[in-house]
Amino acid sequence: MFESKAGILFIAGIGFFAFAFLSNAVVPMVMYKDLPEQTAEQVVNDKLMYQFDELSRRYPGAFREHIGEPTVENCADALRLGKQVYVGEGCWHCHSQFVRPVSNDSKRFGQVSETWEYQNELQRPVMFGTRRVGPDLSREGGRRGSDWHAVHFFKPKMVSPDSPMPEYPWLFDGAPDQPNGRGLALITYVQWLGSWLDTYPYYEELDAEKMEESF
Amino acid sequence: MSSETVAETLPRHADLVEERLVRWYFLAAISYMLISMLGGILMALQLIHWNPLTSWEIFSAGRWRMVHTNAIAYGFLANAFLGTLHWVVPRLTLQKVASVKLSYFIFAAWQLIVLGTAAGIIIGPTLQDQEWIASLARNWHMEMSLGAQGLEWGETPFWVDPIALLGLALVAINFLTPIAKAKGPMYVTLWYYMAAFVWTFLTYAMGNFLPQYALTGTSAGAVGGLFIHDLVGLFVTPLGWGLMYYIVPIILQKPIWSHGLSLVGFWGLAFFYPLQGIHHFLYTPIPMFLQYGAIISTIAVEFVVATVVINFMGTLWGDGRKVVTNLPIRWFYTGMIFYFITCFQCALQVTLTFQKLIHFTDWVVGHAHLVMFGVFSMWIFGTMTFLFPRLLGREWYSRKLCEIHFWCSAVGVFIMFLDLGLAGVFQGFYWSSLQPWDVSVDGSQPFWITRLFAGLTMFVGFLCFLYNLHMTYRGEQRASSTAAVPATA
Ligand code: HEC
Ligand code: HEM
Repeated sequence: MFESKAGILFIAGIGFFAFAFLSNAVVPMVMYKDLPEQTAEQVVNDKLMYQFDELSRRYPGAFREHIGEPTVENCADALRLGKQVYVGEGCWHCHSQFVRPVSNDSKRFGQVSETWEYQNELQRPVMFGTRRVGPDLSREGGRRGSDWHAVHFFKPKMVSPDSPMPEYPWLFDGAPDQPNGRGLALITYVQWLGSWLDTYPYYEELDAEKMEESF
Repeated sequence: MSSETVAETLPRHADLVEERLVRWYFLAAISYMLISMLGGILMALQLIHWNPLTSWEIFSAGRWRMVHTNAIAYGFLANAFLGTLHWVVPRLTLQKVASVKLSYFIFAAWQLIVLGTAAGIIIGPTLQDQEWIASLARNWHMEMSLGAQGLEWGETPFWVDPIALLGLALVAINFLTPIAKAKGPMYVTLWYYMAAFVWTFLTYAMGNFLPQYALTGTSAGAVGGLFIHDLVGLFVTPLGWGLMYYIVPIILQKPIWSHGLSLVGFWGLAFFYPLQGIHHFLYTPIPMFLQYGAIISTIAVEFVVATVVINFMGTLWGDGRKVVTNLPIRWFYTGMIFYFITCFQCALQVTLTFQKLIHFTDWVVGHAHLVMFGVFSMWIFGTMTFLFPRLLGREWYSRKLCEIHFWCSAVGVFIMFLDLGLAGVFQGFYWSSLQPWDVSVDGSQPFWITRLFAGLTMFVGFLCFLYNLHMTYRGEQRASSTAAVPATA
């Protein structure tokens, strides 16, 4: 059996693979089958709509041209496109979306990530990430203004002088105050991250703590 | 039967092996290695603020980082392995592949798949906000992301996936046919190859379709982990070890040391390797008991790996000097030492204690380079060093350039590995000590600069190889070739 063609094909090839699939993939699938997957429309919330609205007033021309009215449907479309930009540009190779229960992550980024946070269309495939060159983004929404993000995406060094993050001028029509469709969508997506939580994380507290220490 | 009559009844090498195809595959592999290295260098430059191509959309460092890894997996490794398969399988089975026409078709199709993937990753995102795509997505009720898919190593755009899967099925048919026809007991290499055909197909299907179409959230994470792990463990690893089991005894002209250990190695790998996927996502919301399972099987597989390495060291026993004198053997055994180091590192880094510190850091990137370059690429380079003179009918133009290629690759990748491992430890401590993020980025600079130069060293070695190959090709053809020799010689 150990050296026969059938043994290798069916036991090692298919059998062991199936066994691993069963234990490593089917078990979690079964465990979470009762958590329904939400659509982009369903995950649009008040905080995000506030940001979306603000975006429409800050860049009225670009917003009207690329998105239209700040409605929930348009916001969901922007989220979808924004996620595609996030994936396509490889942001997820430098940023995780997953606050770990260790390494003081929760102090730095806020509440530890939980399963339900990922049960939506925009986490397909899930954006846990495997590498952090830049900080975790799963609680980024509302942390900075959309104008900050615009400038930062246009040329990160303008707001963060030592940043190794790449520039994304192609998300703009020539200037940081003229985001194009992809730019607006990406900002919307980033503002969505973590907006589903009740409270924003404690950066300010952390900064205050740091200030005290340094005096 | 005298050996002469055996030689007469055996099929001749030229009737079995389509050498031209092996050459083409190798050349394709080498081209993608060049592209991948350039991508890696671009990203390395980006991190140290020296990127000369910022603000040029098609040279976006983020997109090229994905080209970097995909060109290696599907361009370099897949092509090089297909080339070796076309050499090894017919010679071991004494049967031709199912169809030579099919082989050429697969070759062409695979290059289209790789180029399509690269094109998708590079220009897909640019076209993403076109109206026609949005309307297609609406009408078909599916996501239409032209660019990369969001799973590491699974970035192949969704429209490439079905074609690639079909390609893998054809590859399996083409090579399983001669294996099925072969008579007598199967040699170790063929165990690995057979299993690899099945596994690669299943792995690719699992990783590229389930997380995209069927699963979200935590369960998608579990499948994603399984995929990135299986791609290395069930596609690259068995093809790599299969090759070693074939080629090392041939060059050393003696059998593998222990058949029993070969069995342990194969079945241990087959059982424990697929069970480890979740170890890429420890401390995620994936249930803890599954994480423990993955950790335990990871540690188990390191013992299996040790038996394989011992088996090969036993084979070398008595011929130690060949490591100095014989270049391919040196490539192979250096790769095996690196393999042992990565696996040992793996057994440590998979523990929750290590994970706290090194997850998300450059430690992992160092690990990835040592496995992918230090082990499998080195094995392939060794194989190429061995086979090109036969494929071209010419001796290497310069042994010295071969030596430089070896030393630059081995030293470069090992420095990169040490450097990034250390960088990872620093980054881990910067983060957990809650210093501002910039501190960790600035603190990484010396390591990233070192990494660039380590990478450039590897690159220089590779350029020497290219030049050497070019000069060899232009050189004089040898009088005798292998074509008429019986396939077992
Ligand atoms: C080369 C790795 C890299 C890539 C690729 C990258 N980033 Fe960054 N990012 C960083 C680093 C490093 C920082 C921290 C320094 C800074 O603020 O620029 C950062 C910071 C950020 C921040 C600010 C976080 C905060 O509040 O301090 C956001 C938001 C962000 N990135 C989003 C993105 C998006 C969206 C993309 C893709 C379009 C992206 N990044 C691509 C490395 C990267
Ligand atoms: C020319 C030399 C090379 C340089 C300068 C280089 C540089 C890089 C850089 C900068 C990254 C991104 C790391 C990060 O996200 O922080 C990377 C990732 C990677 N490279 Fe290379 N690379 C080189 C050669 C190679 C080769 C030859 C291979 C494979 C055979 C390889 C395999 C990988 C893999 C697998 C990753 C992904 C690591 C991960 O996500 O954990 N690299 N490389």
